[in-house]
Amino acid sequence: MRVIVPLQAVVQGRGGLVLGSLIPCALFYFFQLYIRRDRPSSSASNLPDLAAMPRSLSRGLLSPRGASGPARLSSRGASVARDDDNPDYVGLKRCAEDPYHHSSNPHGLMQLGLAENWLSLDMIRDWLVSNVKEPLLLDEEGELSIHGLATYQPYDGLMDLKMAVAEFMGQVMQGSVSFHPSQIVLTAGATPAVETLSFCLADPGNAFLVPSPYYPGWDRDIKWRTGIELITVPCRSTDNFSISIAALELAYNQAKKRGVKVCAVLVSNPSNPVGNLIDRETLYDLLDFVMEKNIHLISDEVFAGSTYGNDRFVSVAEVLDSENFDRRRVHIIYGLSKDLCVPGFRVGVIYSYNENVLAAASKLARFSSISTPTQCLLISILSNTKFITEYLKVNKERLRDMHALFVDGLKQLGIKCARSGGGFYCWADMSKFIQSYNEKGELKLWDKLLNEAKINMTPGSSCHCIEPGWFRCCFTTLTKQDIPIVMERIHRITESN
Amino acid sequence: MSPTPSKKSSAAAAAATQARSSATGFGGGGGGAGMRLIVPLQGVVQGRGGLVLGTLIPCALFYFLQLYLRRNRSPPPTSPQPPAANGADLLGIVRSSSRNFLSARGSSGHAALSSRAALIARSGDSPYFVGTKKCSEDPYHPIDNPDGVIQLGLAENRLSLDLIGDWLARNVKDTLLDEWQGGLSITGLATYQPFDGLVELKMAVAEFMGQVMRGSVSFDPSQIIMTAGATPAIEILSFCLADAGNAFLVPSPYYPGYDRNIRWRAGLELIPVPCRSTDKFGLSIPALERAYNQAKMRGVKVRAVLFSNPSNPVGNLLHRETLRDLLDFVTEKGIHVIADEVFAGSIHGTEEFVSMAEVLNTDEFDRSRVHIVYGLSKDLSIPGFRIGLIYSFNEHVIAAASKLARFSSVSVPTQHLLISMLTDTKFVIRYIKTNRERLRVMYALLVNGLKQLGVESVKSSGGFYCWTDMSKYMKSYSEKGELELWKEMLNVAKIHLTPGTACHCIEPGWFRLCFTTLTEKDVPVVLERIKRLVDNH
Repeated sequence: MRVIVPLQAVVQGRGGLVLGSLIPCALFYFFQLYIRRDRPSSSASNLPDLAAMPRSLSRGLLSPRGASGPARLSSRGASVARDDDNPDYVGLKRCAEDPYHHSSNPHGLMQLGLAENWLSLDMIRDWLVSNVKEPLLLDEEGELSIHGLATYQPYDGLMDLKMAVAEFMGQVMQGSVSFHPSQIVLTAGATPAVETLSFCLADPGNAFLVPSPYYPGWDRDIKWRTGIELITVPCRSTDNFSISIAALELAYNQAKKRGVKVCAVLVSNPSNPVGNLIDRETLYDLLDFVMEKNIHLISDEVFAGSTYGNDRFVSVAEVLDSENFDRRRVHIIYGLSKDLCVPGFRVGVIYSYNENVLAAASKLARFSSISTPTQCLLISILSNTKFITEYLKVNKERLRDMHALFVDGLKQLGIKCARSGGGFYCWADMSKFIQSYNEKGELKLWDKLLNEAKINMTPGSSCHCIEPGWFRCCFTTLTKQDIPIVMERIHRITESN
Repeated sequence: MSPTPSKKSSAAAAAATQARSSATGFGGGGGGAGMRLIVPLQGVVQGRGGLVLGTLIPCALFYFLQLYLRRNRSPPPTSPQPPAANGADLLGIVRSSSRNFLSARGSSGHAALSSRAALIARSGDSPYFVGTKKCSEDPYHPIDNPDGVIQLGLAENRLSLDLIGDWLARNVKDTLLDEWQGGLSITGLATYQPFDGLVELKMAVAEFMGQVMRGSVSFDPSQIIMTAGATPAIEILSFCLADAGNAFLVPSPYYPGYDRNIRWRAGLELIPVPCRSTDKFGLSIPALERAYNQAKMRGVKVRAVLFSNPSNPVGNLLHRETLRDLLDFVTEKGIHVIADEVFAGSIHGTEEFVSMAEVLNTDEFDRSRVHIVYGLSKDLSIPGFRIGLIYSFNEHVIAAASKLARFSSVSVPTQHLLISMLTDTKFVIRYIKTNRERLRVMYALLVNGLKQLGVESVKSSGGFYCWTDMSKYMKSYSEKGELELWKEMLNVAKIHLTPGTACHCIEPGWFRLCFTTLTEKDVPVVLERIKRLVDNH
């Protein structure tokens, strides 16, 4: 770009008189006019307001009660209130209104859009029934324990529970890595754990890189209140939706060009919705990437114990142990909602290697702490190692059976699923049944599945999948008897297309 | 020319503003209402000295604008990064070659936190944190540690914990086992439930609130959003009502936790509206008006008035007339009002508590701007259960808050426990009555004891605190003097109080004493320690 020097003509004798003087002079003139025009008009625009709401006199001669305009929400509050018509909410609402039941409501909606595991609830119930013999919440010391139970406790969780959770996480990872209780901040669910971590790592307007398809809840968890942007980094079906460092690099550079500061990479492992595991080599590459860019890595490992495939799950903590990385940029999200199937208990974990993050997060835990009675209950469940070992084993077997059954059923209908090793989902390719190969076609099929087949699935577009026609089906809320019915219903739709 | 028009105009507008100010400086008499228009090449046309103003200034501005745009344009892909922009970062990390011949692992600079987190992590040295830490390291116990620090800085009620303990001992097993026995109910207990609370709990809590207010008003369960404590209730409400950079007016002295609850993450400004000891720290509408206008002049948007009733720390109640005036004020300004009524059931005086909801019922106000924060931590003395709620009359706020409750929902087993506790009406009525009686006795004991030492307290009717005036014992009548006295009390007398400055009290020398963590036997010990201190001065 050539710089046009004012009065260039005079100095250099080149024909810059017009460019160097007239243009800036004219611009300056118009700016003055612009400012001049704006000044009176701003006061004029206030006048109607003033007329409607007499300010100083109002209290004397006119009752202001109920007279002024409506009470407005903040813009962030209003946008949260409005966010009502995405497929997630619509599907949930419809299922709540007309839930399927094999005997009492056989034509109701089947919910495959949840993220819950009902396969092993009976084990949790049995444990509770047989172990809550004594008033669990009060131990022998009587009065002391009511102090501990009812009064203020550390917001970031009782030390005993942190120890029990650290132990449980180690068991879940099959002993490949040990976790340190002092690096744990407990929150009321993994949802606030992700949010709290986001508050700590980035400021409004900053961004996270998120390989897509990703868990639709992150849009709510991270964007609503923290004001952070999520930049999707598309993964392709040809790679079985695995993470590509080259794509991350590309997205990072594009963000940088836009002037957006990228603060972290956020991945889920096992991936939600696809269910594939990140292999050790990719974890190394990811760590290299975040080191090189000087950013953070958040690994959401809430499904770590819900694996059913032959691949072994590798936590980022394990990779950190084995090599000399800068640990302070690594943060793990965990929770008991998935692996212990107690989402109603609301227990989430931030496991961070960064002491500053831990300091900030433990203070922010005041906004999302776990009720003490629940903590006491969990301490006794989790410290029963024999039960936990048995539970994890049986739960995995049940997941494996159900997954195999569901995938086979879909295969018979000609629907292929991405290869997966963990989580509660099948990531199914229904692109051949959509009428137009785009998001609209996908949502049309989703609508048809919901209203005609009476099945609620999560459409890929909710997960920011770049390829249309993929659907997430949660198979852990079903019983074995339900599967033929689901297949039958899907079959009706695929046949007609 | 490549720059986009929007970029150009914004930069140019800024430049023009500069030019305007400099133009008035040069021209003289150009300011005021009628801004003089500087025509380019004016000097040539009118013969007046406009050559400098009309030509050189715009030309120079244009030149700098070009330089500015040039610097901000992203460099072509092949050229190296401009070292000036973020050289510090780049030096630490070897970029493209690092992965090939030099291990990047562990070599680069430290991982930075967000600026808000850095602020939060640093906030550990306020009197509150220092005192609480000291108390937990060396807690007073009549036998085990008689020289330990006595904690009067908490906001907890331990006077009636025995009642809660008895109830739990009798009912926990049955309550939870009933839930767990049936095959269906484990689904209700362990699985996802509405984030904003079970309807049964909302109904029970609405009933409880009505009982606490002595039946003067009834609450509608559909206006309730349950959260994990009153702390997140206030935060969620702040997110809903205001954007970052907006402000709330808060009559001071106010609860020190508001600074953390509202400023940390929601990014709001709290504007203290000072109340005076001469008014017994009563709320004054003219002071609100003044603060509102000052904020407006600064260009800060005020979105709500936030107050606590019974007031924390002072403990006085707001009169019906003051509540009406407040509603008039917020209606006139078109803003919201948040009433923090967490102490509504902890009344120990003879005055009657009037809820904002009651005033709304009797008069025709615009309800959509009224929001109440409540919780069970204070009135049922179970802060460990983490039960708070937003009671709003605005359906949009309810819609937004129920979605935001995902970040702070109450554990389902606890909800079930509370449902059965709160529906045990006989227990609840007995509890409220006994608790009030005990509060009254304890308050009288402490206030009278202080009076005998010559330490005066503001007359209060609710809450867990005495708000006492110790200004005569300060060496200097200032914030510094107050903090010196606070340190002396903590380190020499070994009692931890909340200093007035932590509550943004404008008059130095006031202290908040929480009397509900004491037993009757502790009171003489506390008074003896204060006496020692007082005698020294």
